[in-house]
Amino acid sequence: MNVRSTALSIVEPSPLTKRVAAVVVIVYALVALIPLFWILITGLKTPPDSISYPPKILFSPSLEGYVNLFTTRTRQTPEFIASLPPADSWYERLVRSRNMVIAGPSKFIPRYMNSLVIGFGSTFLAVFLGTLAAYGFSRFKVPLKDDLLFFILSTRMMPPIAVAIPIYLMYRELQLTDTWIGMILLYTAVNVSLAVWLLKGFIDEIPREYEEAAMIDGYTRLQAFIKVVLPQAATGIAATAIFCLIFAWNEYAFAVLLTSGEAQTMPPFIPFIIGEGGQDWPAVAAGTTLFLIPIVVFTFMLRRHLLRGITFGAVRK
Amino acid sequence: MTETTEAATIGAPRSLVASRVGQRLRGLSDRSIAWLFIAPTIVLLLAINIFPLLWTIQLSFTNYRANRPNAPIKSVGSANYVNILTDPDVWAAMQATAHFVLWTIALEVLIGFGLALLIDKKFRGHGFWTTIILLPMMLSPAVVGNFWTFLYQPQIGLFNYIIAFFTGVDPSSFEMIGSVDLAPWSIVIVDVWMWTPYVMLICLAGLRSIPDYIYEAAEVDRASKWRQFWSITLPMVLPFLMLAVLFRAIENFKMFDMVNLLTNGGPGSTTEVASITLKREAFEKWRTGYSSAFAIILFVTVFGLANIYVKALNRVKQR
Repeated sequence: MNVRSTALSIVEPSPLTKRVAAVVVIVYALVALIPLFWILITGLKTPPDSISYPPKILFSPSLEGYVNLFTTRTRQTPEFIASLPPADSWYERLVRSRNMVIAGPSKFIPRYMNSLVIGFGSTFLAVFLGTLAAYGFSRFKVPLKDDLLFFILSTRMMPPIAVAIPIYLMYRELQLTDTWIGMILLYTAVNVSLAVWLLKGFIDEIPREYEEAAMIDGYTRLQAFIKVVLPQAATGIAATAIFCLIFAWNEYAFAVLLTSGEAQTMPPFIPFIIGEGGQDWPAVAAGTTLFLIPIVVFTFMLRRHLLRGITFGAVRK
Repeated sequence: MTETTEAATIGAPRSLVASRVGQRLRGLSDRSIAWLFIAPTIVLLLAINIFPLLWTIQLSFTNYRANRPNAPIKSVGSANYVNILTDPDVWAAMQATAHFVLWTIALEVLIGFGLALLIDKKFRGHGFWTTIILLPMMLSPAVVGNFWTFLYQPQIGLFNYIIAFFTGVDPSSFEMIGSVDLAPWSIVIVDVWMWTPYVMLICLAGLRSIPDYIYEAAEVDRASKWRQFWSITLPMVLPFLMLAVLFRAIENFKMFDMVNLLTNGGPGSTTEVASITLKREAFEKWRTGYSSAFAIILFVTVFGLANIYVKALNRVKQR
């Protein structure tokens, strides 16, 4: 496989070339990580620290951003706070030190739940439909196959705002605006195109002989599909599912236009976490951190399949 | 009809159910299985994509306004299309979009290809660093774009601080988002940061598809490294690079989320790319008929680009 790693190859780069390349790439990677690093540490700053000049790299960490993210607070007079019974928790104490009291939980957890439900719901449906269709396209003669596949892919390339105009009107008629089911259907439709293309690539790689052998042994086509093809495609199905999940998790345009409250997901919610007098940056950064962590984990899990995912299965390495 | 038989077998042992289902499906020809498998996807896409598209086409010939659903709808013929193509604001939006698309692609290709060449030297740990570099492109452009407004703050923002640190200018003397001259670059910078890894990854695949013996032959023929790059590396990576460029062109032509949160088209309309104009017309001014016509124009453009993209995909696939 890896022909180029033969030690004596004349095309092997010299150690010096390698070292220079490594330095440049690592410097680029570290610079590119700065914004993400800043999100992480801003979430651990107090609001005054977050907007200090010059920007602080050394600071005493605080969970105020996270407390502000999960709660809503009201400002009170020091006298009123003094008249309250002593704070019974560390977060209550933290909030009171800013002359505020906790009024209740914020909308963060319900919004996170919406993102999870809509993300997993649409992923499940898209992968389910996508696996069936991909198998159909991979194994059978379908009339106008290439045109159908192009049609499926082209739906994903449409500008979301342009699609949102009629969807908005349609959902208003069907009362699907701002509902889980409406968003799940929409994201399923967008993701199914990716799922079909990706999974067709994975299923194409499974030799037909496996199923044919199973069918000679008495399996029906459907049994062969379920008992032979599906287990073979499991890795591909998992990778596809993660791609679909990431898309639904990150999607903003449809979410901001078609949800406003009940079914609002995280991307339209996070930018509007505001404190007194503008955006509460530590809370925004805290919310962003909690929002990004799953994606970072998934990216590392997916690293062998990223290339396929971003080229609809065409480039495989 | 089949539900009744299904219900009748619920009490039966699993294997029996399976075999009965199997029996029923044994009769199915491959042809019907193919359609059974493909049809749900097609139906879903017809319902969520094609039906709305047809509706948009119909609306684009009317003066319909979605905020006045009960007002009489009047057909206006092709007036919406004529108005759009002669509207200076639309052309300004197209110019802003072109600036954004051309500069992001130029920079992403340059930096992405450069990085790919370096990573292809296979230094120790290149796999890990590649994954690290890829991170930004997996993240939500909306959520991360929103955080960039904080990095771009004139006094307290980290971006301004770093620029000031290296150039010696006062960090509060320039506003990336607030100034007419810099705002178009503020969105280019964020996009280049997010999507250079995309171009890099595809170029890397291209580089790895070049068999070693070609370079070995060139080495035997004493072709210079420079010559090898122009006659072997570049031509062989080109199909992959085209793929990346086309996809970035399509994505950035319809760019909405990052720009909407970073500048929202401002200041004035200096960063008002096509999708932002469309959002304003459709969901702020509620000129549904007019914006439908605009949407159709964008559809046709993207559809054309997508067609070329799929041809490029198929070319790469054959390698």
